[in-house]
Amino acid sequence: MQVDARHRFENYVTGSANRLAVAAAHAVAEQPGLTYNPLFIYSGSGLGKTHLLGAIGNLVLQRQPQAAVEYVTLDDFVEQLHAAIASNEGERFKQRYGRVDVLLLDDMQFLTGRRETQTELLRLLNALQGTGRQVVMTSDRPPSEIKDVDERLITRLAGGLIVDIGAPDYETRIAIMRAKCEERGVQFQTGVVDELAKLEFGNVRELQGALNKLIATQTLGGEQVRPEQIRAMLGLEAASVKAPAPRRTSRVMGRPNLDFQSFVSDIATAVAQHVDPWKIKVAEAVAYWSGEGYRTSKLERALAEAGRKTDFETILREYFAAIERLRELEEQASSVDPALGANEVFRDPERVADAEALTTRAFSGGTPPPGPSAAFARDQFEVGPSNQLAVRAADAVIQDPGKKYNPLFIYGPSGVGKTHLANAIGNEIIDQSGGAAVVACVSAQEFMDELIAAMQEGNVDRWRARYRSADALVIDDVQFVAGKERTQEELFHVFNTLYGEGKQLVFASDRTPRQLDGLEERLRSRFEGGLVVEVQAPDHILREKLYAHYLNDVETPERAALIAYLADRPAASVREVIGIVNRLVAAADIAGMPLLLTVAKTELENGAPTPHAPDARAADRYFLDDEKIVWHLPDLGARLIEDPK
Amino acid sequence: MGSGNGNGPEESLERHPFPFPLPIPQLGFMSLVNYQTREITCKIVYYGPGRSGKTTNLHYIYGQVPHDRKGRMVSLATQTDRTLFFDFLPLDLGTISGFTTRFQLYTVPGQVYYQATRKLVLQGADGVVFVADSQARQLQENIESFQDLHQNLSEQSVDPRAIPLVIQYNKQDLPKDLILTPAELSDAINFRAVPDYSGDALHGPGVFETLRGISELVLKRLSSPSSAR
Repeated sequence: MQVDARHRFENYVTGSANRLAVAAAHAVAEQPGLTYNPLFIYSGSGLGKTHLLGAIGNLVLQRQPQAAVEYVTLDDFVEQLHAAIASNEGERFKQRYGRVDVLLLDDMQFLTGRRETQTELLRLLNALQGTGRQVVMTSDRPPSEIKDVDERLITRLAGGLIVDIGAPDYETRIAIMRAKCEERGVQFQTGVVDELAKLEFGNVRELQGALNKLIATQTLGGEQVRPEQIRAMLGLEAASVKAPAPRRTSRVMGRPNLDFQSFVSDIATAVAQHVDPWKIKVAEAVAYWSGEGYRTSKLERALAEAGRKTDFETILREYFAAIERLRELEEQASSVDPALGANEVFRDPERVADAEALTTRAFSGGTPPPGPSAAFARDQFEVGPSNQLAVRAADAVIQDPGKKYNPLFIYGPSGVGKTHLANAIGNEIIDQSGGAAVVACVSAQEFMDELIAAMQEGNVDRWRARYRSADALVIDDVQFVAGKERTQEELFHVFNTLYGEGKQLVFASDRTPRQLDGLEERLRSRFEGGLVVEVQAPDHILREKLYAHYLNDVETPERAALIAYLADRPAASVREVIGIVNRLVAAADIAGMPLLLTVAKTELENGAPTPHAPDARAADRYFLDDEKIVWHLPDLGARLIEDPK
Repeated sequence: MGSGNGNGPEESLERHPFPFPLPIPQLGFMSLVNYQTREITCKIVYYGPGRSGKTTNLHYIYGQVPHDRKGRMVSLATQTDRTLFFDFLPLDLGTISGFTTRFQLYTVPGQVYYQATRKLVLQGADGVVFVADSQARQLQENIESFQDLHQNLSEQSVDPRAIPLVIQYNKQDLPKDLILTPAELSDAINFRAVPDYSGDALHGPGVFETLRGISELVLKRLSSPSSAR
């Protein structure tokens, strides 16, 4: 609905009863969304709420002609909502209001009991405020007194600034009447206006009605109205002057004249005055968008740079644009693959480029295949005689993927570091390409599970394309494909495609290809076509290095002796080495002493594994929480007190 | 009358003795406004001589606040290495301009011998309300307590002239011949000309005015450059 063009600040008479409301309205109109949001104006009827609402709208439009200003009474809003729902256009309704820059809602008291409207309104307010759009509302009573309204909505309504407009005082009444007379071009005898103003009218509308009557009498009757006639003309005997309408403030007379509600609204004003408006706006955006599940670190950084006046408008605009773009991309991507919708990339406005890349890939064959785990770094891998051949081969592969040993087939017993090495190759290939290479890194089990899922959903083609578009393929625990015909067939095709394009292939298994029963001949021969290399149980030198590595962070006064002692003991795998270190650390913790050789000997030579010590650090954190206060205190009854000293 | 029974045990307050030392000293340095978590947390301490009506102020506020906005009002006591005793009223003012706004109101025990407790509670205060007892015979106590406040603030390296402070002349409901007028009290105590209010904490007048006064002073620091903490 259009704002009434006659409602302007210039023809709104300001007096003591409405000064705060006018000031707030003016501030809002000058900087929509920045000062008091939402602004809630309440007063008895006929005191100028709608006029003030219109004045805000007109001033905004005057300053920013292209701003979308919507004025609507709550009744109309409800009607539109119902019509939209009836015609199945609820979405369009939401969009329409979602685009508004300044929303002016009149007569909010009609919210009572309208649950549907309340829900819709709550959603709309959240959306508008989250994007820094201004909402101004009026009502004949404060939000807390509107009955049957959702508590969440009440707090929303009361979250900005609440101001009231009182009945005009004598001077204001005179000013209003003078303005009206000027508007109508009417001249009264001296004293008429004053006499009229002496009558206490509860609201401006009644005052205007009385004035209209006088104007009509004077212009139609052709005779000047005299002051002493007024009471009679208005049907008021001098004695029976209408009792003054109760002033808003009188309701707290005799009682403390400040209650909690008005205290809160004063505090709101103070906060709004003293917190930098742009920070509020950014903080609101952060609250809203993090609630919507988006990353807001960019905005938070802007906030953290406190003190400096940042160009927040640009930041916000860019942020909103990024989210807009992400939403588009997400929609596109999930039209190809619904699973993509959940991807983190679509929640981070700082990764629009990634999201675009992901979407592009989605169109050209779905998501990238799972990559290597970053936990496995090449430089964390300790080398000894028992695995140096495999490591050298791996390094050669990393240096020249696809050229030297293709495929590289690593085998060895469980826990000796095959997975680490295979993943490390993947990571290094990615690093060397500057992050551009797509390395598919899965266990054979995952590979098969994905295939089965793809078959279920009928998009095997897309699944296949993901692997075929990879720059390198690493498959761990490849022994699992033995006996799985369909998986072997798919692996065979992927193998051929990648191999044909000179892409690196790496396999890890607990046996040599020849020992894998149920592996098809065509795969076996291909696995053996590159380099088959063994990783053995850690030898003495490697054990020394491993213990040194894992004991690095552990306090021990006898490091060298301890390492020598431990390295002398056999260990079937790296995993066992880690297990021993953990056991020793726990044992030393429980014994309450540093990790000594004797502790290690007792523990390893006769001790059963010890249970884990309780996590002392977590307990500390609980007690040293950095909140100012303690909210929940254990009750110890009446044990007290401070002794007077 | 007019002050409850100061800091003695109160039936209507819950008491929560502590089994472990309260980490109050570390707690004091939380900033007033946290833009990251969008929180404003104001710690306001009611200070004043014994039986001047600090707890009564809190009680009145407690009674006025809607149920969903107030936490439990508690009194704390412990007998470990340090002894503590004070009232604490958390107030949740809801979301204001996008900030979750919480007020934490504390009282200190007024009696002279609770010096250690007063210092602890005073730590990290964002603002102080000095509740003076308007009774003529209590004037000296008021003055001593006010000096004590300044001394304790100075010891904590807080400039007593810089911290937000308001004064309430409580018990103005008592018969006129027993009390001093706000003007007389102001002459005697308020030499720094901070905002002052006359109050009747038992019945309410002045309580929220005082709280609003201190709150506005505290919040004013949000925009002053010195508050970049």
